[in-house]
Amino acid sequence: MPAHETLGEMLAARGISRRAFLKYTSWLATLMALPPGMAPAMAEELAKAKRQSVIWLSFQECTGCTESITRSFSPTLEDLIFNFISLDYHHTLQAASGEAAEHAREAAMAENKGKYVVVVDGSVPVKDGGIYSTIAGISNLQMLEETVADSLAVIAVGTCAAYGGIPHANPNPTGAVAISELVKGKPVINIPGCPPIPEAMTGTIAYLLSFGKLPDLDTLGRPLAFFGESIHDRCYRRPFYERGLFAKDFDDEGARSGWCLFEVGCKGPITYNACATLKWNGGVSFPIQSGHGCLGCSEPDFWDKGGFYRPLSTPLRDITPTAAVAAGIGAAAGLAAGALHRAIKKDAAKNHHTVTVDNLEKSS
Amino acid sequence: MTDRAKIAINAFKEQIDGAVSAYLSSCVHCGLCAHACLFFNETGDPRYTPIHKLEPLRRVWWSEYTLFGKLALLVGLAPKVTEELLAEWQELTYNACSLCGRCSMVCPVGNDIAGMIRKQREGMVAAGYSPDGLKGASTRAVKIGSPMGVTWKAVAAQIGHVENDTGLQIPVDKDGADYLVLMSSMEIMNYPEYLEAIARIFSEAGVSWTLSSQAFEATNSGIQIGSSDIARELVSRIVAAAEKLGVKTVISPECGHAYTALRWDGPNLIGRPYKFKARHILEVLDELRAAGKLKTEGFEEERMTFHDPCQLVRRGGVLEQPRRLVKMVVKDFVDMPEAGKMNWCCGAGGGVSAIEEAGELKLTAFNAKKRQLEAVKPDKLITACANCRIQLEEGLEENNMDIPVIGLTELLAEHLVETGKAEG
Amino acid sequence: MTTVAFLDFVRGPLFQIAVAIFFAGLFIRFVEILVLGRKTDFSEPRQSGTGAGFKTVFSRSVPEAGTFKRSAFTIIAGYVFHIGLFVALVFLAPHIALVRDTTGLSWPNLPTPVVDFATVAAIGALVAILVNRMRDKVLRFLTGFEDYVAWTATFLPLLTGYMAFHHLLLRYELMLALHILSVELLLVVFPFTKLMHTFTLFLSRWYTGSAFGRKGVQS
Repeated sequence: MPAHETLGEMLAARGISRRAFLKYTSWLATLMALPPGMAPAMAEELAKAKRQSVIWLSFQECTGCTESITRSFSPTLEDLIFNFISLDYHHTLQAASGEAAEHAREAAMAENKGKYVVVVDGSVPVKDGGIYSTIAGISNLQMLEETVADSLAVIAVGTCAAYGGIPHANPNPTGAVAISELVKGKPVINIPGCPPIPEAMTGTIAYLLSFGKLPDLDTLGRPLAFFGESIHDRCYRRPFYERGLFAKDFDDEGARSGWCLFEVGCKGPITYNACATLKWNGGVSFPIQSGHGCLGCSEPDFWDKGGFYRPLSTPLRDITPTAAVAAGIGAAAGLAAGALHRAIKKDAAKNHHTVTVDNLEKSS
Repeated sequence: MTDRAKIAINAFKEQIDGAVSAYLSSCVHCGLCAHACLFFNETGDPRYTPIHKLEPLRRVWWSEYTLFGKLALLVGLAPKVTEELLAEWQELTYNACSLCGRCSMVCPVGNDIAGMIRKQREGMVAAGYSPDGLKGASTRAVKIGSPMGVTWKAVAAQIGHVENDTGLQIPVDKDGADYLVLMSSMEIMNYPEYLEAIARIFSEAGVSWTLSSQAFEATNSGIQIGSSDIARELVSRIVAAAEKLGVKTVISPECGHAYTALRWDGPNLIGRPYKFKARHILEVLDELRAAGKLKTEGFEEERMTFHDPCQLVRRGGVLEQPRRLVKMVVKDFVDMPEAGKMNWCCGAGGGVSAIEEAGELKLTAFNAKKRQLEAVKPDKLITACANCRIQLEEGLEENNMDIPVIGLTELLAEHLVETGKAEG
Repeated sequence: MTTVAFLDFVRGPLFQIAVAIFFAGLFIRFVEILVLGRKTDFSEPRQSGTGAGFKTVFSRSVPEAGTFKRSAFTIIAGYVFHIGLFVALVFLAPHIALVRDTTGLSWPNLPTPVVDFATVAAIGALVAILVNRMRDKVLRFLTGFEDYVAWTATFLPLLTGYMAFHHLLLRYELMLALHILSVELLLVVFPFTKLMHTFTLFLSRWYTGSAFGRKGVQS
C-alpha cells in the first residue's frame, strides 16, 4: 500500500504531471457528462482527496469483475486511482489469508467507522439460512449485514451484486438476491455488467472522492453517466438497423458485411451501458464490434431472456406448444359447441311452427 | 319472452346454417351494402342499410349459435329478440327489400345478405310480422290457386281468345308433352299476349307442349312472404301436375321470383330433385334459336334496352340468353349502365309490389331505374318479368316518361317467321 | 416493476396467455361454423359450385366497378390499410424473426423505409377510416362499441410498433413492451369481435360464390 496521504502526492511521486492529471479529469468529466468547467475543480478535489478505506466483499461470484477491473497492460490513471484507495480487504488481491484476513476487515471497520466504502461483487444466497456460501464460517448474508452496518456507502459491482446475476438465474437454487435487496438505510450504487466496464467503476469512485456525494442514478441504481444510453443508441451498426439490413446468421453475408445483429439475438436495444462508447481493453473493441450480439449483461435477469440468440421480437418461451394445445382445446370446444348447435337446430325443426293460410290471417 | 317472439326465434334457429354463421361473423360494418341497395340510395335512410335489416336474425345467431354469444346471454350481455324489435323490423324486412341481391354481389367479405333476409322472413311470417298485402296474396294463392285470385276459368277464357285469334289449338292436360307451360297471374290478367306468343312460337318450332288445369300458376307467394310451408304447398302442385303428365320440362313464365321458386327453391322445398327439368321461357327460346327452330324476320326500328329482372339474371343465372334473343330482332340495342348481373332492381320485387304500405317507397326506389333509363334514352324498354313490367309502367307513368314496356317473348313473336301463315 | 421486467412479463407469461386465448377462440369460432354446415342443395346445378366458390374467394378482393365509384373512399382507405398492415406484419425483419424463431420458416424482409411507408400509410388510413366512420351517416348509424374496440385493437399495435422500431417518445424496452402488449390485446379481443373476418371471410366468400356459381352467376 502506498504511503502517500493524498492522491496528489501519490501522483507527483509517480511522475504524473498536473497537465496529464487535468487531461484525465477532463476526460472523466466528459465521460460523466459534467460541464467542462468542472474538470479543474474535479482535479483540485481529487488531488486533495484522502485515501479512502474500501472493503471489498466477494460473495457468489466468479472473480470476473475483479479480473476486469484490475486487468491492464500498462499502468494507467485508472489503475492509479484504484491503487490509491486503501483496499483493506479483498480476497483475491490481499496478501493476508485465514484469520489474518478477517482481522484486517474488522480492523478497517473499526478504524474507519462510518467512513469506509463497501464494494460488493457477487450475489448473496439467502435460502436455507444462507448456508450456500460462507467465508471463514460466516455466511455471506451475515458478513454483509455486519460490514455494511457502519459503512458510508455500498457499491454493488457486477450484475450478480447489482441484480442477482447468474446465481439468481432461473431456478436460483441458492436463493441468490441482489445487494440492494439486503442493504437498507445505506446508499447503494449499482455498477452492473458481466463484468462491468473498468472506467465505470473508477469513474464512479473518482466522482465519489471528488464531490463526496453519489452520482445521479437511474431507476435501477446505476450511474446515469455510464448507463444513461442504450448500447443500440450508440452502436456503430445502428444505420444497418435503420435500413432494415440484418444478419440472419453468424456466417451469412449480412454477418460478414457487419450488418445489425438484432435478428441473431442482440439485446443492445434494451441494454443500458457504455460498451459502444468506451469499449473494452483500452477502447479496442466491444462484443458487437467483434461480431456477437449484446447479451444484455448489465440488465436484471439477463440470463433469463429466452436465450442469447433469440431476437427481442420473439416471445421468451416457445409459443408453439401453447398454441397447439389451445388450438386443440378450441377445436374440441368448437366441435362440442357445434354438436350442441346442431341439436338446437334439430330441436327447432321439431318445434317448427307451420305457417298456414289460416294462422296467417289470424295473426293480422 | 312472448309466444310470438318465441315462434320467430325458433324459425330463425331453423334457418341459420354455417353460411349464415360465417356471414355474420365476417361483417365489419363497412357500409358498402348500403350503397348497393336502391332503398338506401334513393331515400338516404341509413335504416335501409341491408346488413342492418338483419338485426333480429343476427341476435339469434349470436346468442344461440356461438359459444361466446351463449355465455354473453348467460350474463345478460346479449341483446334479445322481442316483439317490439320484430314489429319494428317488419318494414325493413319486407317493404324496404326487394330481395334483389345487389348487396350480396358487392359485400367485400362475400356475405349473401339478400339470402339472409329471405331467411329472416321465415321467422317474421311465422310470428305474424308480415305485411297484409302478402298475407292476402298467399291466402288467395293457396285457397284459389293464384295470388290475384285468378281461376282456371279465366285461363280457359283466355285460351279461347287465343285460339280464336290465332287459329291454333292450345293443348291442355296433354299427357307426355315435352313442355309444361306455366303462367303468372299478371300475364293472365294484364298481358294475354304472352300465351299467344308462346302458342305461335311453339307451333312454329313444332314443340310438344301443354298447359295444366291443375297447375297453371307459376308465381309463388310463399317465396315472397318468406314461408317455406306455403311455398312448398304451391310448388308441390306444379310438381304433382308435371310428374302426373310426365312432361320433360316445366317452363317458368316471364316472372322473376316464379323462376327462382321453381328452378332453385322448389327441389329444396320438397326435399328431393325433380323428375323433370325446370327452365325459364327465355332459356327454352334460346335453345330453340340455337337449334334453328326459332326464326325471326325484320328488326325493330327503335332504340331499345333490356331490364334484367333480378331473380332471373343476378339470382337466376339467365344472363346471356335475353341479350342473344333481343339481338335477333333489335338492331339499335343499348344496355343501361350496370346492366346484367349488377342491374338495378325495378323497386317492386320480392313481394314489395303486393305491399300496399310500400307504394310510395317503391316509387321512390324506381328513381334508380329512372336514372339508368335517362342515361341511354331508349324508345322502348324490354323485360322478361311481368312483375317488373307492372312496376316499370307505373314508375314511367309517374315520372311522365313515355317509354312503352314490352315482354321479350311477345317481342320475338311479333317478328316470328310463320310458315303456316305464309302458306295459308 | 421495472420496464425490463415489464418487457419480460409481456414477452413471457402474458404472451402465452394471449396466444392461448387467441388460438382457442379462433378454433372455437371456426369449427362452430363448419360443424353447423349447410344443407344439400337438390336443385339441378348449371355448373359445379366449387370452382366458382374458389374464384369468388379471390375475386371479391376486387371491388365491383359501380361500387368503387359510389364508395371510393371506403374502398381505397380499406385497401391502403389492409396492404399497409400486411406489409408491416409480414415484411418487417423483427416479425419475420419471430416467425422463424417459432416455426423455422423465413423469407426476406423489406427495407425499413418501405415498411415505414406502409405502416404510416396504414396508420393514416385507419385514422381516416375512423373519422369517416364518425362523419358518414350510414357508418355512424351502423357503428357500435365493438367496432371501436376492433379499431383500437388494430390501431395500437401499428402505432406502438412504429414508435418502438424508431425509438420514439419512450425508451425502447418500454415501447417494445407496449407494442407487444397491444398485440396481446389484439390477440385476445380477436376471437370475440368482427376481427374474425380475417379468417371467416374466406368461408363467406366460398359459401356465396359456390351457391351463386351453381346457378351460373359468378359473384
